[in-house]
Amino acid sequence: MRRYLPAGVLTGVALALAGLPLAHPPAFVESILYLVFFWIALATSWTILSGYSGYFSFGHGAFFGAGMYTTANLAGPLGVPFLWTVPAAGCAALLLGLSIGAVVFRVRRLRGELFALLSLAVTFVLATIVLNTRLDGGPGVYLSGVKLPKLYASPASTIYLLGLSVAFASLIAAWLMRRSKLGRGLFAISDDEDVAEVMGVPTFGYKLAAFGLSCFLAGAAGGVHAIFVFYVTVAETFSITVPLYVVLMGVLGGARHWIGPAIGAVFIIGVTYSFVGGDWALAGRAAVGLIFILAILFLPQGVMGLVATKCRRRRAPPEAAATTAPALPVVRTLLPPGPVLLSCEDVQLAFRGVRALAGVSLDVREGEILGLVGPNGSGKSTLTNVISGYYRPDAGRILFRGKDLAREPGHRIARLGVARTYQIPRPFARLSVGENVALSAMFGAAGLDREAAERRARECLDFVGLGDRADALPTALNLHQRKFLELARVLASGARLILLDEVLAGLAPSEIDNALDLVRRIRANGATIVFIEHNMRAVLALADRVVVLNYGQLIAAGLPHEVMRQPEVVAAYLGGAHA
Amino acid sequence: MPSATLLGQSVLSGIFAGGLYALLGLGLSLSWRFLRVINLAHFGFIFLAAYMIYQLAGVWGLSPFAAMLLVVPCLFLLGVALQALFLRFSINEFGSLLVTFGILTITEAAIQWIWTADFRRLETPYGTASYRVGELFVPVAEALTFAVAVTLSISVWALLRFTYIGKAIRASADDPDMAAAFGVRGHGLALLLSGAVAATAGIAGTFIALIATLAPAQIFSWIGVIFAVVILGGLGNPFGILAAGLLIGVSEAVTMALTAPSWAPLVSFSLLILILVLRPGRI
Repeated sequence: MRRYLPAGVLTGVALALAGLPLAHPPAFVESILYLVFFWIALATSWTILSGYSGYFSFGHGAFFGAGMYTTANLAGPLGVPFLWTVPAAGCAALLLGLSIGAVVFRVRRLRGELFALLSLAVTFVLATIVLNTRLDGGPGVYLSGVKLPKLYASPASTIYLLGLSVAFASLIAAWLMRRSKLGRGLFAISDDEDVAEVMGVPTFGYKLAAFGLSCFLAGAAGGVHAIFVFYVTVAETFSITVPLYVVLMGVLGGARHWIGPAIGAVFIIGVTYSFVGGDWALAGRAAVGLIFILAILFLPQGVMGLVATKCRRRRAPPEAAATTAPALPVVRTLLPPGPVLLSCEDVQLAFRGVRALAGVSLDVREGEILGLVGPNGSGKSTLTNVISGYYRPDAGRILFRGKDLAREPGHRIARLGVARTYQIPRPFARLSVGENVALSAMFGAAGLDREAAERRARECLDFVGLGDRADALPTALNLHQRKFLELARVLASGARLILLDEVLAGLAPSEIDNALDLVRRIRANGATIVFIEHNMRAVLALADRVVVLNYGQLIAAGLPHEVMRQPEVVAAYLGGAHA
Repeated sequence: MPSATLLGQSVLSGIFAGGLYALLGLGLSLSWRFLRVINLAHFGFIFLAAYMIYQLAGVWGLSPFAAMLLVVPCLFLLGVALQALFLRFSINEFGSLLVTFGILTITEAAIQWIWTADFRRLETPYGTASYRVGELFVPVAEALTFAVAVTLSISVWALLRFTYIGKAIRASADDPDMAAAFGVRGHGLALLLSGAVAATAGIAGTFIALIATLAPAQIFSWIGVIFAVVILGGLGNPFGILAAGLLIGVSEAVTMALTAPSWAPLVSFSLLILILVLRPGRI
């Protein structure tokens, strides 16, 4: 029940505030409260995209403005009843957001500061178009003639109630998302989008969904605000103030937390309205700028981020000694060669003329451990990236259980049952160890719901010996433990095919034995493993078969001891004497 | 369709505007490329310098160029202080965007507090003088700005390319640890470069004061077009900035002549969006 407490409290507060107009308070109380609601709605809707997914938008003014001008035009010149224009305003902003997102989110490098700049530029383009067309035309739109319906109390209270509703809807949406699959996926995107996609998060769709929702709420808030200000101008609507304040509120309150931006909004509006009139307004603006700087320097995670860290520290058990996996007896099962699970056919990929993969063909059989070896730069990691969907091959087919992966996006490949680890572990840095593993179980081939995924995560962490670190952040783990976290993730995903990219690199000899043991046990669980490694002793000890890549080509394949004696393989490793 | 003379005059004013854009964008581009600081405060510094020039030359009667000699060193120190802050808190690129936004807001409030929100105009003989070349008028202050922009771009390019300090700055930007291992003093260079960047803001501010009417609210109106110039020109590339400034300046001026002045922002921002979407690898 405790889980639903925040939503319950929120609903109670909202209902109490909704009753306020019945008490006929002075008009300025409703106005000021409306402004608080308005900024809460904007800041919270901003965080649904920017705080959760890490795509900081400086263009929230564009979507808020789209909503404002939709209402201004519908309710003003066209005479549509005001209440109808609010959802219309939301939809206009939604359409704008979706069409921008559909283009922008396809570009892999448009993140961080580039996305921020792009969204700001969109604001100015929209402002120029509105200013020069009949939407505004220059002088602004007067809405003083628009009739306000009376919901209860007085018509003036309608604005107050609508502002409250949009703020409440935004907060509830942010709260629901945070615990949902969508929210988890967005948090993963914010930490490491490429890994999220390969682990099965449909990044494009999720970003678009978050963007759409964020824009809809901002547009609806804009629709209400148009009537509140009753005189809509381009200069005011698309000014830099809206994105600045929204980002400030989010950063100050804690953008990754559902209530953070609302706290920031209340604080900033409080500060701004303590300084009113003349030079004081100026001092207020300077104060806001100063608070902004101090917040980023000293409180980069925001108020709620600080609270979350404090809670985590209190919950975390005392630092345990480095754990080692219990040495379970291992059954070396000599499986008969199974049917082909994955088949690469003439896979090619070039980077600006460098042929990283020059037509690789190989089969991986069900239940085997296939060692993939080759000198540095031979194309092993590139092949891993192609199979897991990070790169799209120029030519060739990759058949996995009868399906061609070559044209599939990474998240679908993960859902079909392929998982990988990274040579340098790439955990989601701001999710706990347990959440990292649960995410993989939710989005991978297993496709579990949240509770089942959390159970599975605990099992997998116990399996690799990290059971007592589930609540820690990955940064608190050492390299050895982070490698095992990667193994727990692939294990939890329920993948049929697991690509292990140099899991042993950087481990001490005793840790290597531990890891080898673990890999065997993962295979014994029914997975097929492609084992990419430089450590020959480990390859010979573990692999059922070995394939050798050199210069992006397959130069040998067969049983480990035989392959390593072939002259081409010796030449590839030791230099050209035999070549 | 406007006459050939009007169009020619538009192109000419576009070229001069482009020179000014390059002058303003140069510092932004250098600090983004070599310091990994997206310095929005640069715009505040430019206008701070412009207002200081206005105060020294317009109110206290110094020659604008003597005033520049006083203002530029002040700005240099401001730039050093800014970088010291970034080094102390080891702020990443995105954090720098946010922090400098805060600094910009404070600078703007300070300017408005000291000089009020009213328009301020520095009256100098250079401000209104112009030569007539054939059918076209060539305003002296704008032409001088353009010359300075070109000279500064060439000097920066040569400094980066040929001097030891320039090479060390480039090495440090590409791989700070490796550069440090080869004896490059990264922190000292960063402070120096940040000071130099702010000094270009001082120079740019001087010419803004010479050719434009000043108002605090104008600071924000420059941000979009200058970012478009910087990204189009390629980070840390002085000639690229110059070329991009000219391209945007001329296309804006022609747009203004063919349609209405209020359409002009569409050119730079659409270009900016197109580059970001089609060629994000430029950054």
